[in-house]
Amino acid sequence: MFSLRINGKTYSVDVEPETPLLWVLRDTIGLTGTKFGCGMALCGACTVHVNGQAVRSCVQPVSQVVGKVITTIEGLSPDAQHPLQIAWREGDVPECGYCQPGQIMAAAALLAKNPNPTDADITREITNLCRCGTYPRIRQAIHRAAQLAAKA
Amino acid sequence: MVLTKEMDRREFLVTTLTVGGGFALALSFPWNSAEAAANAARIPDKPWESLVGKNETEINPWLVVAPDDTVTIRVAQSEMGQATFTSWSKMICEELECDWSKVRAEYASVNRHFRENKVYRRMATNASGAVRISREYLQQAGASARERLMAAAAEVWAVPRSDLTVKDGIITHVPTGRKLRYGQVAEKAAAIKLPQEPKIKTPDQFTLMNKPTPLLETPLRVDGSVTYGIDVRLPGMLYAAAKASPVFLGKVKKYDDTKVKNRPGVHAVVEFGGPDIEAGVAVVADSYWHAKTALGLLPIEWDEGVHGEDTSEKFLQMARAALEEPGAQVVVKKGDPEAALKDAAQMVEAVYELPYLDHAFMEPLNCTAQVTADRVDVWVGTQRPEEALLDAAKLTGVPRANIYIHNCFIGGGFGRRNQNDDVRQAVMIAKQLDRPVKVVWSREETTRHGYYRPMRVARFRAGLGPDGMPVAWINRVIGIDQNPPADPAQTIRGLHQVPYAIPNQLFDYHLRQTHVPTGVWTSVGRSQNEFYLESFMDELAHAAGKDPYQYRRALLDGNSNFPHAKSWVKVLDTAAERSGWGKKLPEGTGMGIAIGDGRRPGVKEITICAVVATVSVSKKGELRVERFDVAMDTGPFLVNPLAAERQVEMQMVMGLAAVLRQEITIQKGRVVQSNFHDYPLLRATEMPEIRVHFVRATDEPIVGIGEEALGWVAPSVCNAIFAITGKRIRSLPLKNHNLSTGAA
Repeated sequence: MFSLRINGKTYSVDVEPETPLLWVLRDTIGLTGTKFGCGMALCGACTVHVNGQAVRSCVQPVSQVVGKVITTIEGLSPDAQHPLQIAWREGDVPECGYCQPGQIMAAAALLAKNPNPTDADITREITNLCRCGTYPRIRQAIHRAAQLAAKA
Repeated sequence: MVLTKEMDRREFLVTTLTVGGGFALALSFPWNSAEAAANAARIPDKPWESLVGKNETEINPWLVVAPDDTVTIRVAQSEMGQATFTSWSKMICEELECDWSKVRAEYASVNRHFRENKVYRRMATNASGAVRISREYLQQAGASARERLMAAAAEVWAVPRSDLTVKDGIITHVPTGRKLRYGQVAEKAAAIKLPQEPKIKTPDQFTLMNKPTPLLETPLRVDGSVTYGIDVRLPGMLYAAAKASPVFLGKVKKYDDTKVKNRPGVHAVVEFGGPDIEAGVAVVADSYWHAKTALGLLPIEWDEGVHGEDTSEKFLQMARAALEEPGAQVVVKKGDPEAALKDAAQMVEAVYELPYLDHAFMEPLNCTAQVTADRVDVWVGTQRPEEALLDAAKLTGVPRANIYIHNCFIGGGFGRRNQNDDVRQAVMIAKQLDRPVKVVWSREETTRHGYYRPMRVARFRAGLGPDGMPVAWINRVIGIDQNPPADPAQTIRGLHQVPYAIPNQLFDYHLRQTHVPTGVWTSVGRSQNEFYLESFMDELAHAAGKDPYQYRRALLDGNSNFPHAKSWVKVLDTAAERSGWGKKLPEGTGMGIAIGDGRRPGVKEITICAVVATVSVSKKGELRVERFDVAMDTGPFLVNPLAAERQVEMQMVMGLAAVLRQEITIQKGRVVQSNFHDYPLLRATEMPEIRVHFVRATDEPIVGIGEEALGWVAPSVCNAIFAITGKRIRSLPLKNHNLSTGAA
């Protein structure tokens, strides 16, 4: 039995210690916004925050995140008004959308440590895959979110 | 959100900042409200619960009007990134004259479609058909509903219809200025029969279409609320991990379920297989992780059948041999190409070869099913929900009227989700259980059990006259399929009608069979055939010592038999002008051009598209695609230019990933590749600039936009490589070629 702190709530989960956080989030708790893409930390669709850092939850054993602060796409903002979500809507960034929660979480972790990232920072830090090729719109939306956050 | 003190201060700032007043868009949508978003997100989770409330009125099967004027549009196409909920709604609302800000959309019921004599006409999402095939009847549905609502208002006021106008769902009696809202007359309108159907608008009358519209789908996709098939959760649901025979068409010999039965959470081990279901074994458990880990420990012995030693190299040899074999099906025979070739001043010959490709979308295949004695429910993202229903009926014996296909948003389809093999497998597994089960394929299973773009080999021979222009053209293509199709359209498409002026032509083909499943891959045939055709045209231009753009232009201009020649030239010129064709480029940088129109046998519509790739190759052979300039014909309208542009970008990215590194190879009868490390997608660092130049080059509606640019990615890139390095690429992917031209 592990006690997990996710999106400000505490959950007790009865799973094996090596269970990846991804499946605890999706199957045990029901937070399906975090996506399964590859299971090998190759694509980033499963990106969540652990203590503010972007982590690929498909290879993150649950036993290692006990006592840490976990944030998923559902917990990024109570009303979907995080600057990144606003910028994402303004720019109509997603296509099929499947990778986008992971992209947004990776971007949020980047903005948290670097409020005004350059194109190079974004390309270096966000290595999540997008099959539809939304990369340029993701980059624009991150710049826009940085602006929105600076104004607020 | 709830904040905790452990949080980094800047994390705190970023995650709590919002902008007062929400976000500004030219148009706002109800889905942006929390309540509406919750409604929308509920579609796939409880699909039998429509968005529509009891007090709302269905005017016709396509649309429902609520007392507060909310209009719900029923979408009979699958959403996988094309923004079809937006486009579909626009096609109806163009005529309906309702308030666009009060429009919401939901999936049309597949069950109802069958119960009511195919009321939704066509529910398949493929063949670029969403607009081409549906637009007129959707406009008609909108126009008809509008006229009935107007007739209802006329009846309420006892005035002639001709005294009424409507805008944004508000009907005005012009002489008196009285007003009625759609919501107030909907019930009455539902009972009205029109003496005759109204005329629909022609494209020059459009006010909603042809303009960019923000996407209804977007808000759902930025907060995790959209439910893809893989996200479905049901009370009492079990999870299954499945493994199908690694060698296609193999069988399960035996397996030892005692090894996993006592593992945590495991409920059952079941077999599946049969016609159109690759045989295999699934472990069913209380979570996917339990199912997957147990499956990994389950000893399974396979009967590999006769294909256990097959390789893609062997298939390639077979296809190469077929180039010389007699009995080819002749598609085009014009003049005397053999004689003309003999007499030609110059002969050019080339053989092109392409590998199998997978679709490699982000959402691994999955399907959730519940089978009881008298009812079947299936939750899945499918491009063909009608066939999914028919398959479920066939496998269970349950009448069609009691089968419910709950279509879900799809994390990428690209043709793969036409197949419904995931549905058949899940129904078969669920039949053996008394609870709903979600079957999730691992990424490896998804990659290794595809319906691949077929391998193909093609040979071209052309004879050039003294002026360098082609006088003879002999082309043979070898199509490779698991089940050679009765309709060889995919194999011959594009090659069946060479647009360039060439007096003597022969085009024929052979089909060859292997055990590897093949299917449609966005652009269906064109990504192969246009690669050969437009690369070979480039070879001819260079052999003739002419500029590849001008060479094509001259051959089009000079082709009086080709009805679209003028339009082609317009698109070709646009691509050349906008890309800066012919301008001096830095050393190691070059451009390649390619053009086509997506023509297919038996379809009159086309979409002309020309692509110029600007590419750099270092002396060491490192390649970078710097930019794509895509010129595309719009015909008289695009439903939503904003979505259309994204569709074009998607194709460039899909095509480029395939050109650079993707291939599915077969060893020991099975697929070698497994995940994104050996079947890589395009990365952000490799993303070229993409400039989409829409141009009206024809006056007839185009065939579509979702797969009408992809074919020209490979030839434009490879033609640019030739321009830079002098190396002609006749097979893909590029990772198998050395592009270096000397030391760095």
